[in-house]
This record gives sequence, structure tokens and C-alpha cells, in this order.
Amino acid sequence: MARLRSQMVYRTSFVLNVIGTFFTGLIEFVEIYVLLATAPIFGGLTLPEASLVFALSSVSFGLADMVFGQMDSLPSFIKQGQLESFLTKPLRLVPQMITSTVQLRRLARVLLGVITFAIAVPHAGIAWSPVMVGVVVGALVFGTTIFSALFVLAGGCQFWLINGTEFTNAFVYGGKYVSQLPGPVLLTPIRVFFTFVVPATVTTYLPVLILLDKPGPALLPQVLGWGAPLFAVWAWVLALVVWRAGVRKYTGAGG
Amino acid sequence: MSVHLQLIAAEFRRQSTYRLALAAGVFTNGIFGLIRAGVLLAAVAGAGGEAGGYDARTAILYVLWGQALLGAIPMWGWNEVASRVRTGEIAVDLARPIDLQVYWWFRDLGRAAMQFLGRGLPILILGSVVLRVPPPTDPLVWLAGALGLILGLAVNFLGRYALNLISFWTIEMQGFQILYMVVVSLLTGFTVPIHLFPGWLKTIAEWSPFPSMYQYPVDLISGRTTGVDVLPIIGIQLAWLLVLLVGTRVMTHFGTRRLVIQGG
Repeated sequence: MARLRSQMVYRTSFVLNVIGTFFTGLIEFVEIYVLLATAPIFGGLTLPEASLVFALSSVSFGLADMVFGQMDSLPSFIKQGQLESFLTKPLRLVPQMITSTVQLRRLARVLLGVITFAIAVPHAGIAWSPVMVGVVVGALVFGTTIFSALFVLAGGCQFWLINGTEFTNAFVYGGKYVSQLPGPVLLTPIRVFFTFVVPATVTTYLPVLILLDKPGPALLPQVLGWGAPLFAVWAWVLALVVWRAGVRKYTGAGG
Repeated sequence: MSVHLQLIAAEFRRQSTYRLALAAGVFTNGIFGLIRAGVLLAAVAGAGGEAGGYDARTAILYVLWGQALLGAIPMWGWNEVASRVRTGEIAVDLARPIDLQVYWWFRDLGRAAMQFLGRGLPILILGSVVLRVPPPTDPLVWLAGALGLILGLAVNFLGRYALNLISFWTIEMQGFQILYMVVVSLLTGFTVPIHLFPGWLKTIAEWSPFPSMYQYPVDLISGRTTGVDVLPIIGIQLAWLLVLLVGTRVMTHFGTRRLVIQGG
């Protein structure tokens, strides 16, 4: 809790950060808006429908980013010798790292997602039922789980990469970008990679297909959306295997 | 060798030491390029094969050049001068026999050169092969493109430098930096080409220096803007270069008087 309070002490800085995070997300939405102002249909979806994909992605990614977002700054933990001090304590490494870096300002992105969802939903023509509410809740729960796994995976990769941090941006922030988009716009290799290896489309585009009862393109059938829990398990298996291997490989920075 | 060339060379070498970072940049920019190519191709297809003057081929060229230039002409902020103001090291910089702006400008040229060779060129070559778009054959396109890129980099540097000069007035820079990044990534035409913007947004972009940093040079080098149309584009870039040059000099003049060295 003390960590969280400390972020509020520099109030102007905090407020600016919140506004900045919100607007960064908003610009990402403007991209989708501009593309849909040019053509009425983008990847088989209308503006309200595509906004739902964006909204689900924003909430899930925002929550994961808030808690696990600093995992890929592992190299700076290593360089400052902070990792050693974590390792000497009788607590697990990942919880220690995340409690030291929870970023409240990322809630701005969650808020943006909620607002987008609230505005888009009445225009999307969804036949609501308890199952559909469950689909939305499930998308957010498993979405947050999957994005969190991506951050841990990125953190694990840093043990090998140190100066090549940007490699992991390809699947963390690439994954975020992909998750905001309707599936059909993705070129086949991207579509396959970001569904079956890094499951970014599974909790954003696919649940929207279920909500709208649309079939989906090649390699991304609607039915795959029901597999979200399995994809979440897969993402965490992948993340923890890499993370554990990384920690075991780590021999200190001579601190 | 003159001090200016030495500055370029030193920064060039500094940037080239981080080879893994360059490789990582090529990889990540490449993946993002593939995603963005899909996005723009879908938009073009959705609009019936042509949107904002882009067809499938020119859309791919736009993405390809965009990803290739990202290292050399960055869309994000830059805070080296501002952080030196914060630490007070700026006092030493200002006492040097070389003008602060000239010093950073030449270093930036070295940085851009290395980023272009190390990050841009591999992406251009790989991208042309993977996405099957041959390079332009008309030497005039290359000439106009090269000129546009040099001017674009200059305008981009001056924009970033002006941002840093704000630190002479306030050390609370984070907000300005975030604002700059948000505005730049949209209005330069990096995320979506400004030719696809709805009217009002396009007008805002056209009255700002930002398309000169990126959209216009890409239009020139990808052969979208050719013939006599090249001249007004170069003219706009030159005009913004002049405005920003005068602007940053005025800011420097008043800023250095205002500047309080922390902990001096």
C-alpha cells in the first residue's frame, strides 16, 4: 500500500501521467476510427463492432499492464543490483517484483476501455443473455491473465537479452496492437502467430464474434473463442517455463 | 577532421556498439510492419481497392518506409538536453566553445545515420523481398526522396529540440513529453497516413509542422508525390525548417537567461 500512496505524492506528475496514458490509448482508438471513416467495414466489422474489440483489449491489457507492466524492465533491476536483494528474501521473485512496481496510472487505459465499451455496446446490436454476459466477463478475466503471462514471458526473456529489450516488444506490444484489431485484417503468418503461439486475438476479437454471432475468417473460427481458458493456461505455461529457466541461468551482475 | 564531423562520427560509433539493440529493433519494427501492412491493406480493400489515393502497392510502400525510418526519424520524444538541465550538467554544456544546438544537431546526424544503416536498410531490403515491392527506378524519385528525408530529419530534430528547451523554464517535463509523443504519432501521419484523415483532422495536420517530418518525405521517397508536385512539398518543409530554426534560437536566447542551475 505504501508503494501505491507514494505514487500519489507527486500529484501533478501523477495526474499528467494518467492523462498521458489515457490519450495514448485514445490515439490508438483514433487509428481505428480514421480507418473506419474511410471505409464502412474494416475486417468485416462496423465501427461499433470494431470498438468492442478495442474496448476488451484496453481493459484487459490495462489491468495486466498495471500489475505486470514493469516485468520487462528487468534489465534495470539487474543493472542496479536490485534483483540480488529480491533473491535473498524468502519470498518468490515475481510477487516481489510486481508489488514493487504496480502502476496505478495504467488504470487510465482501463477507463478508456470501459468508456468505449459503454458507448459502442448499444450500437452493436447484441442479443444479450446470461451466457453473453459470461462471455464478456470471461474475455476480461482470461484476457488479463493472458496479457499478464506475456509480460512475465518478456521478463523471462530479458535474462538472455539485457540490451535487446526491444525484441520482446514484438510480442508484448505487438500482441496488444493485434488484439485491438479485427482478425481478418491480419496477414496469415501474423494471424497464426498471435493466436496459436501468443494468444492475443483469443480474448478480444473472438469473444466479439461470439457476441455478434459472426463466423470469423480462416484460422480464426468463432468456436475457438470458447477455448480462451485453455489458451490462458498455455500462455502461463510458456511464460513460467521461460521465466524459471531465466532465473536459473542468472548468475548475478557482479554486484 | 573538423569538430562537426567528429561529433557525427562519435555518435555514429556510439550507436553502433549496441548491436543486439539494433537487431532487436529490426525484428520488432519488422513484426509491427507486417501487422500495419495488414491493417492498411484491409482498409484499402474495404474502401473498394483505393483509399486516400493509396492502392495495395503504395499502401505497402508507405508502411515499409515508415517502419524503416522509425529509427532514424523517431516518433517519440527525446530528453537528453532536458535531463542535463535537470542534473545541472547543462552549465558545462553552455560553457563549451561550441553552440549547444549545433552540438546536439551534429550528434543527431550521427545517430540518424547509424539508425538508418543499421535498422532502416535491413528492413527496406527484407521488406521489399517479403512483400514483393521493387524499389523505385526513377532517379528523380530518389533525389526528391533523399532531399525530403534530410529536411524531414531536420524538422524532426528541431521539434524534439524545442521540446527539450521547455526544460529551461520548468523541470516538470513529463507532461510535455507525453503530449509531444501523442500529437506527433498522430499528426506526422505515422499511425495512419494523413491522406486518410477526415477533413477537420487533415486540416489540423496540414497546418502543423508534423507531416513535414514524416508523411511528406515518405510520399516523396515512395513515389506517391512526383513531378512538379514535389516543389510545394519541399517548400513547406523548408518553411517549417526556417520557422523552427528561428523559434528554437529565440527560445535559447530567452531560456538561457531564465535558466537556474540546480544545486549550483
